[in-house]
Amino acid sequence: MRIQTEEESVSRPPDLVIEPTSGWRQPLALGDLWHYRELFYFLTWRDVKVRYKQTVLGAVWALLQPLGTMVLFAWIFGRVARLPSDGLPYPVFAFAGLIPWIFFSNALGSAGNSLVGSSHLITKVYFPRILIPASAVLAGLVDLGISLGGIGGLMAWYGIRPTWWLLMLPLLVGMTVLLALGVGLWLSALHVRFRDIRYLIPFLLQIWLFATPILYPRSVLPERYQWLSQLNPLSGLIEAYRVALLGGGAPLPFDWPGLGLSAVGTMLLLITAIYGFRRMERTFADLV
Amino acid sequence: MSPPFALRAEAIAKRYRLGARIDPNPTLRDSLVGMARRLSRFRGEAAPAPELWALDGVSFEIGAGEVVGIVGRNGAGKSTLLKILSRITEPTRGRIEVYGRVGSLLEVGTGFHPELSGRENIFLNGSILGMRRREIAARFEEIVDFAELEGFLDTPVKRYSSGMYVRLAFAVAAHLEPEILLIDEVLAVGDAAFQKKCLGKMSEIAQGGRTVLFVSHNTAAMQHLCRRGILLEGGRVVADGPMEGVLETYLRGLRVATPWDLTGWTDRQGAGRVRFTAVRFEDEAGTAVSQGVSGRPLTIALDYATAEGEAPLAERRWPNCRVSVAISDRLGQTLFNCSSELVIQDPIDLPATGTLRCHIPHLPLSQNQYLLTLFLEVNRQVEDWLLHAVELEVVDGDFYGTGRLYPDGWRGKGVLVPHRWMTP
Repeated sequence: MRIQTEEESVSRPPDLVIEPTSGWRQPLALGDLWHYRELFYFLTWRDVKVRYKQTVLGAVWALLQPLGTMVLFAWIFGRVARLPSDGLPYPVFAFAGLIPWIFFSNALGSAGNSLVGSSHLITKVYFPRILIPASAVLAGLVDLGISLGGIGGLMAWYGIRPTWWLLMLPLLVGMTVLLALGVGLWLSALHVRFRDIRYLIPFLLQIWLFATPILYPRSVLPERYQWLSQLNPLSGLIEAYRVALLGGGAPLPFDWPGLGLSAVGTMLLLITAIYGFRRMERTFADLV
Repeated sequence: MSPPFALRAEAIAKRYRLGARIDPNPTLRDSLVGMARRLSRFRGEAAPAPELWALDGVSFEIGAGEVVGIVGRNGAGKSTLLKILSRITEPTRGRIEVYGRVGSLLEVGTGFHPELSGRENIFLNGSILGMRRREIAARFEEIVDFAELEGFLDTPVKRYSSGMYVRLAFAVAAHLEPEILLIDEVLAVGDAAFQKKCLGKMSEIAQGGRTVLFVSHNTAAMQHLCRRGILLEGGRVVADGPMEGVLETYLRGLRVATPWDLTGWTDRQGAGRVRFTAVRFEDEAGTAVSQGVSGRPLTIALDYATAEGEAPLAERRWPNCRVSVAISDRLGQTLFNCSSELVIQDPIDLPATGTLRCHIPHLPLSQNQYLLTLFLEVNRQVEDWLLHAVELEVVDGDFYGTGRLYPDGWRGKGVLVPHRWMTP
């Protein structure tokens, strides 16, 4: 069934070669990602669009979720336990930490379950699988934007003025996205193989919430445990958010080394996650 | 100038570990236990997991613009091949060179989201199938026209009837324009009129100069659409050439029957002194066949043997036996029962080993797969009982002697009954 001769076929290299891959030395296939950028957009758009379908309150939930949590914790920790809050009103203090936290925890939750939830796609059509958890993480940005508007209102209520530190915000959001992506990629890929992950995620999030200075300032930790807190890449990030958002309201120093440590931790997690994901990716369709 | 080849596959093979198939979701604990086991044994002496080569050294070349049908029975590796070609799963060995953009349609409506509207789903589904946004926008009107869905574009697809849903899904898929198209079993969807439209669109695609690979059980459609066929059997290419010849080989292969060996069957009940050892299907000439034909005679031959260490009771015969074959649909719903008790007056005595034959003069089943339950009783004691142990494939035949086949939509919906109508 040859249409033309062998010789002519040599003249053009194949557009694609399908071969078994093995080991950790996977190419990153960035060209492939670029090729599928429109699908990435559509998947993210779908996740945003579907998020609050058939809810009565719709996107108001993006505001109610951190607000409700804040009110609850403000009462427990601010009133009952009387935790210090670096001289800030406790509700604002907690809210500033809860905004990135809720984005982060929603992102891990939805990214972690995303691959298994998309088994119908994975077994029927090819595209870089990384787009699935990545779009799940990015879709949360809309909520983050809405709740950032909310803290504006709260700051106005307490008379706290924004400062130039606010310009740090895009950088911090970017770092949060990358960190969520790093952890989310690990969780989603492991979830395909180990369904235990589904039960592990809520537990992990609960521990992480209390291991991070979100509801309390890091200063309440004993001196000898400070370094431990610094190992958590989310710690420096949350504290930086607080300065960026509320900087004018309290004598908070901007902790550059802390943020630097977060950045290093984030990059380490992300790079290992991408390689780990690429390595596990090729068995997804057989396992999911 | 178009490239001479669209696809060139060299010795591709795909292995599945059967363990992973039975338990596709090992838990963390299983993995840890497995790891501990491997560590505790010396130098990897662990028994290897049973494996299955779904594809085993498949090679072929497909020229640009060729339309090729891939045939083979279930489990021959057709779907695995398409999955590898469309990059859903990786081959274990081998190499495939692809010249041109590949689009695959292993299912219609992949990625449809029930909450999104028809319009939104066209864009989402199109982009999942590999279309660019510009392409979708350019063909949008055409897609909507084809699906006959004007007026419902802004309704969430969860409110669509299943017919509308399938029409929309096929419409998007049919407007995919890659250079190489892989299609699995999506030829006929929707009601009869839309099915005709689908087939028309398919032959339009097939004749449009694109390279197409079809996988389907619909041999009539395959013959119509493809000039070349590739026959897979047990993960290997056993025939490759003009479609007609390949289909002939394929259909002939279906007729060669291997008896169902029941000796290793463990899921059975009864005392077990006498047991069924094999099942064969025979046609009217006594030739072994692998399937029944509606309206034709079918004989179910059951070999049985006495278990080692057991001896028949009186005069070397098992006294007062009863044997039956129950036929059920694939969901296990019993359709009818052929029992010796109903048709033989006197009690039967059976020799220690032998063959029992149940003859059905006009097989009253429409095209489908059925399950057989085998039952043997000696002196009111159950000796062997195998529930749904054997599969019987039935193909269409001229049951009513009128040349009319049971319509597609009625298939498998019950038993065929001879009947007459008196009209005024």
